[in-house]
Amino acid sequence: MGGGPAGRLAIDIDTGACIGAGQCALTAPGVFTQDDDGISELLPGREDGAGGALVREAARACPVSAISVREA
Amino acid sequence: MSETVAFPQDRTCPYHPPAAYEPLRQGRPLSRVTLFDGRSVWVVTGHAEARALLSDGRLSTDRENAAFPTPTKRFAGLRVRRTALLGVDDPEHNTQRRMLIPSFTLKRTADLRPRIRETVDRLIDEMVAAGPRAELVSAFALPVPSMVICALLGVPYGDHEFFEGQSRRLLRGPEAADVEDARRLLDAYLGDLVERKRREPGEGLLDELIARRLETGEIDVEELVSLAVILLVAGHETTANMISLGTFTLLRHPEQLAELRAEPELMPTAVEELMRFLSIADGMLRVATEDIEVGGVTVRADDGVVFSTSVINRDGQVFEEPDRLDWHRPSRHHLAFGFGIHQCLGQNLARAEMEIALSALFERLPGLRLAADPARIPFKPGDTIQGMVELPVAW
Repeated sequence: MGGGPAGRLAIDIDTGACIGAGQCALTAPGVFTQDDDGISELLPGREDGAGGALVREAARACPVSAISVREA
Repeated sequence: MSETVAFPQDRTCPYHPPAAYEPLRQGRPLSRVTLFDGRSVWVVTGHAEARALLSDGRLSTDRENAAFPTPTKRFAGLRVRRTALLGVDDPEHNTQRRMLIPSFTLKRTADLRPRIRETVDRLIDEMVAAGPRAELVSAFALPVPSMVICALLGVPYGDHEFFEGQSRRLLRGPEAADVEDARRLLDAYLGDLVERKRREPGEGLLDELIARRLETGEIDVEELVSLAVILLVAGHETTANMISLGTFTLLRHPEQLAELRAEPELMPTAVEELMRFLSIADGMLRVATEDIEVGGVTVRADDGVVFSTSVINRDGQVFEEPDRLDWHRPSRHHLAFGFGIHQCLGQNLARAEMEIALSALFERLPGLRLAADPARIPFKPGDTIQGMVELPVAW
């Protein structure tokens, strides 16, 4: 376990692989959004996953495995 | 070893996989099926294996590859096999998709919701005025997505009889000549529309693509037209089938329908579960370009691969009691929209249309019921997108 608060995550989005399906923003709308080009991005201030249990679910929903999640 | 199963086959009940696919359910995660031309191909039926293979760059969707499987007789020997987006591999596919995704984001889709609701309400008003009976496919299920995609693309809805009819021929023939002729007519129609729009720009996605991609020389008219054809056809046929078959399924599941009426906020999850349960695009095709080890077998280069979503989405390893329609199960990981780089571009628009159409229909017509013997209501054959041919209802 890291030193941060429980549930702190490091989320990485491979924007080159992203196909703009919006599955991440649909599954965990408190953490992910889409930029004007439709590409996935993290909401400002939510880069640690905001303790969201849905972050891993969002990563699984991504059709191109563009999201990786690990304990921070 | 018994004879291999023929694929595709007609459903026996419009909302269940064909009874003849039972051996495929037993044969997970991959087994063999025989296509109409006698060719033996792999059928993927396991959920985990389908996710892996649909994301695998060694499977190609290029229809111009001579080894690409032909699902049905009317697609054999087509001269024009090229299809934008779902018929091309990366990197070409990625370039095309990236031009389109800004128009299909969750935000853009949310912005369209009031307009969808207006369309849905107007169509229900018309049904009520002419009621208390209607043929729901022509009065509602088809016009809703057709009007929405027209508004989004900037295609005049006044031409709907033409493009709906040609889309039907393109997908269902019945003969190869119909498929070719429909493609030619749709290409010509959209080519003329593009030329007209270049002189008099409008406000749709096609106008945006003309201004930002065509006039800049990034794409040519031929590529723009091929994108327009796929957006127009995929934009109305699929959702229309989900609305008609979804309504039929709800009317045949009174317990689940009552629950949904009592708790309308269940609708978004109900739509996911209906997508899983109905799996209307059953039989996505690919060809292997290299040997692939998967699920204990080796798919060889040039082998054909077909994904039976109706069987995949009832994989008991992922979906408990898979044959039960259940609003409370986690159904989000269904593969009804596909998976990998070709996962449905319009999925969020489709979700919005299904939610709004089904909610309004059951809310505004509380007495909605089938107006014919359910066993006699015609539905589509197995070699095309699944859905109702007609849906006589009363309220």
